Amino acid sequence: MKRKLFKLFSVVVLATLTIALTACSGDKETASSSSITIGIPQDMEDSLDPTKAVAAGTKEIYFNIYEGLLKPDENGNLNPAIASEYSVSEDGLTYTFTLREGVKFHDGTEVTAEDVVYSLNKCADAGMVSAFSNVTDISVTEDGKVVITLEKPDVDFNTALASVNASIIPASNKDPDHTGIGTGPYKYVSRSPQENFILESFDDYWGEKAKIKHITLAVVANTDTIVMNLNSGAIDMLARVTSAQADQLNDNYEIYEGTMNLVQALYLNNGVEPFNDVRVRQALCYAVDKDKILEFVSDGHGSKIGSSMFPSFGKYYVEDLNNYYTRDLDKAKELLKEAGYENGLTFTITVPSNYTQHVDTAQVIVEQLKEIGVNAEISLIEWDSWLSDVYSGRNFQSTVIGVDASTLCANALLSRFESTAHNNFTNFSSEDYDAAFAKANAETDDELRTQYYKDCEAILTKEAANVYIQDIAELVALNKKYAGYTFYPLYVQDFSKLYIVE
Amino acid sequence: MKRKKKNLNFHIGLVISGIMLLMILVGLFYTPYNPEAMDSTLKNAGISLAHPFGCDNFGRDILSRIMVGSRTTVIVGLATVVIGTFFGIIIGAFTGYFGGLADEILMRIMDALLAFPSILLALVIIGLFNPSTWNLIMALGIAFIPSFARIVRSEFLKCKNMDYVTAAKLNGAGDLRVMFVHILPNTIKVLSSSILIGFNNAVLAEAGMSFLGIGVMPPDPSLGRMMSEAQSYIFSNPGFAIFPGVVLILIILGISLIGSYLE
Repeated sequence: MKRKLFKLFSVVVLATLTIALTACSGDKETASSSSITIGIPQDMEDSLDPTKAVAAGTKEIYFNIYEGLLKPDENGNLNPAIASEYSVSEDGLTYTFTLREGVKFHDGTEVTAEDVVYSLNKCADAGMVSAFSNVTDISVTEDGKVVITLEKPDVDFNTALASVNASIIPASNKDPDHTGIGTGPYKYVSRSPQENFILESFDDYWGEKAKIKHITLAVVANTDTIVMNLNSGAIDMLARVTSAQADQLNDNYEIYEGTMNLVQALYLNNGVEPFNDVRVRQALCYAVDKDKILEFVSDGHGSKIGSSMFPSFGKYYVEDLNNYYTRDLDKAKELLKEAGYENGLTFTITVPSNYTQHVDTAQVIVEQLKEIGVNAEISLIEWDSWLSDVYSGRNFQSTVIGVDASTLCANALLSRFESTAHNNFTNFSSEDYDAAFAKANAETDDELRTQYYKDCEAILTKEAANVYIQDIAELVALNKKYAGYTFYPLYVQDFSKLYIVE
Repeated sequence: MKRKKKNLNFHIGLVISGIMLLMILVGLFYTPYNPEAMDSTLKNAGISLAHPFGCDNFGRDILSRIMVGSRTTVIVGLATVVIGTFFGIIIGAFTGYFGGLADEILMRIMDALLAFPSILLALVIIGLFNPSTWNLIMALGIAFIPSFARIVRSEFLKCKNMDYVTAAKLNGAGDLRVMFVHILPNTIKVLSSSILIGFNNAVLAEAGMSFLGIGVMPPDPSLGRMMSEAQSYIFSNPGFAIFPGVVLILIILGISLIGSYLE
């Protein structure tokens, strides 16, 4: 009896093995050379309807499937996509879009003005893009142009049109939540919950076509297994690995280095003692050594910044401001003495405990400030408490955090320093700044506007609003079989630029 | 035979605890390096003659940090036990000796406190105030009161009707004198082993809280804090996590061995 059972068991095992093995080899044959497996940190649970996408991790993938009237590029420019050109009326209230000829949806139908109106109305209804609350009317003219009318002028309205939520989808699609049809370089194929999300290149794409045919997005939820998954070859690419993880990868991987597009700084509450005195703020700026921080916290990766702007916003970025304060301990002590703190100064740095990078940065700052007799103490708090006490409540002396930009415009980073801004959590207040910022916003000429924004940045630096540190490095691991990873100044992943190295 | 084995355990415990205590005492006056001095050239440096335990992710000497960090950990443990025992004795003595309504009310409060896991209780207290070393001591101290109060109370209940207590009362001793001069010394035996166990629990609790990032604040070292910081470097710099862990184990092992002898 036992023998029989054993026999049966061996047959089952053998059969399973055979199936498994043949399945394996079968896989290898069908997988043409143009396929890639990319790890994603969370499952894509959102609806396939881009106007409803919430999670940043979903939107960065949808960037490949869906497109809006305009599309951002890696240099921070807004290029026409589904629209071939557009014009803005003198009063800034009417946007007129001419649609590109022959743009096709993934199902083969051509994009019509009706589809555009349908999609933009859907986006306005979904309420994910705040700029759309300003829209009063979306209509089609007789010659097939799309006209968007605003209630009040908004010079940055075009950046909203480039967001994933404002993508164009076909009006004929009865079930956009479960059938993903867009116009992007990749089309949606299928998905298995908690496992993967599969894309295939779209042959009729209007622009530069994608180079890799099949993409499998594999869910790698467990951060502890990331290194193992990469080293074993189970996944070929993963964005946002830490420098500690990158060190453990084998030679098959190339590490691409970009930045996270964050303004990391020791943010000072300009409204409370001792930071209501510009001399104290400047003293801290002179005492902090950014290079050393970069070295300690991210092995020298990342880029130094000197104001509330990061390098990937190329047009608005002023590199000279990085070196406005070079480390000078004597000058720092001198400034402290003038401010009446010659016997030292004690203050608290409140840091959200879940961000190791910010906690580490705070530790280095504490050590550096000791050299000018400033005693900073770190207080770690929960992320929720940070949001309520520090960000909303403004009840803090200083904090280390990274501030990001929600859209592709300087406003996204600079508006919070206007003295009356609702999100001015550092209580920064400067008449010069308010004047320069108002001037920038009122200006419609792009070149002058950019200049005014740069003036704003310079004021932030000179007034030492905060101790600006860096835009944190973002590391991407990519198997050496592939190349072409491109960083964007926004939270997106562009798979269409990846290609196979021969 | 059994006695002998117990004796051996006790001696081992004494030796381990002695070494740990020596290390902490030396750390008061001397550490090989400044435990907070950073050096970018020594980031995650391995074991060497100059740095016998290696260096952490900021190039700080791990041995120096352990010397200072274990002091913090032990002080938090001791202070917790002192607070717990002090209030535990007072509450336990009064409720055990007098009984009545006050006993009922206080002991139900203690029961309610005991119903929470002590770490959770400490978490709540820390949540109400800001995390810092002092608040950690206070939080853990409060969390440890009920267990001591219960032990002392049951000892007092047992002793209060004994002959020597009656004799003392007949000699005209007041209630306070009877409680703290006559009964308390007789509870020492039971109390001392629970203090040792309590100390171990407090040391572990400190390490746990600091590991979660709500105990000792950086850059001050503590054993739990160091292990928490070592998490991301566990493969690239294993010593960073292992050495503080081993020291923590040794501190607890030493005290446990002494405690098991006293029992």
